[in-house]
Amino acid sequence: MSTYTPIATQTLSSAAASVTFSSIPQGYTDLILVVDNLVDTNGYCYLRYNNDSSSNYSRTFIVGNGSAANSYRSSNQTQIDFNARTSGTGYLNKMQIMNYSNNTTYKTALIRSDMASAESDAFVTLWRSTSAITQINIISPSGSGIQSGSTFTLYGILAA
Amino acid sequence: MSLILGILAQSGGAAGSASSYQSIATVTVGSGGAADVTFTSIPSTYTHLQIRGIINKSTAGDVAMRMSFNSDTGNNYTYHFLDGNGSSAIAGGSANDLFDVFYPISTTSSIFSGAIIDILDYANTNKYKTSRVLAGTDLNGSGRFGLKSGLWMNTNAITSIKLNPSSGNFSQYSSFALYGIL
Repeated sequence: MSTYTPIATQTLSSAAASVTFSSIPQGYTDLILVVDNLVDTNGYCYLRYNNDSSSNYSRTFIVGNGSAANSYRSSNQTQIDFNARTSGTGYLNKMQIMNYSNNTTYKTALIRSDMASAESDAFVTLWRSTSAITQINIISPSGSGIQSGSTFTLYGILAA
Repeated sequence: MSLILGILAQSGGAAGSASSYQSIATVTVGSGGAADVTFTSIPSTYTHLQIRGIINKSTAGDVAMRMSFNSDTGNNYTYHFLDGNGSSAIAGGSANDLFDVFYPISTTSSIFSGAIIDILDYANTNKYKTSRVLAGTDLNGSGRFGLKSGLWMNTNAITSIKLNPSSGNFSQYSSFALYGIL
């Protein structure tokens, strides 16, 4: 059975305050969100599920910057921070959202975030909610910070 | 300006998509738990395999998730990893060993570890088999996450894959999906 289906895509032609994938179909097993060339004047973006801005997010991650490897953690956050560049060529963020539609478990996602000229990062994130994910919000921390040319694509993978 | 991509036209499923990424089989652990999950009779017609899983272990104690091919549970695997525990990066490896895919499996009932395992050129009978792993767990205040590469030192085509906790059982709702990439 073929899968890995594009659900929706958007390339910004002008700056935006946010990008939202809404009414996400519940018929897949996993979602893959690819955000390419992410440029935001703030240097990062927020990602939320179902527009939930409560302190339900956390992450553990590793960073390699060409000279050292480090690991960090953020707990009880109101969002997942998404790497962005303030100008020039943006980050490539590939987010694997596991079993997004189940109503039994909290939601784990795995992220690779790369900027060849600066660093390569990898994250595991947690959203402490058993709700199915029906919406993904990528939000600029202030103003219309997400710059034109940033590309957002959502795929669905369906297990047999 | 905000952009909202309403996705109303697709109600689910992947019917009709033409993709080189194909679902082969899925196993979800039932209420009694399971000591292992095994995919057998894997067709040799793909170029690569990918396993995507959410994993939980019902009993306390940190253990690794282990992977073996073709019922080979001998010390015929080698791996290297780069992990992060939230405060430091940890690099390591092991030779002539079993293949611990990631460590540790979540034992918190509502939180499942995530794992994506790529098994490259699995049907090639001229070389040893390389796998790569992106896997880990965040527990909101603790957890571990990392990258790993593994080598099965055998030229046989991979026809079965066994996944198991190094001790204990997978708990209910742990789920593994096997995909083939043409």
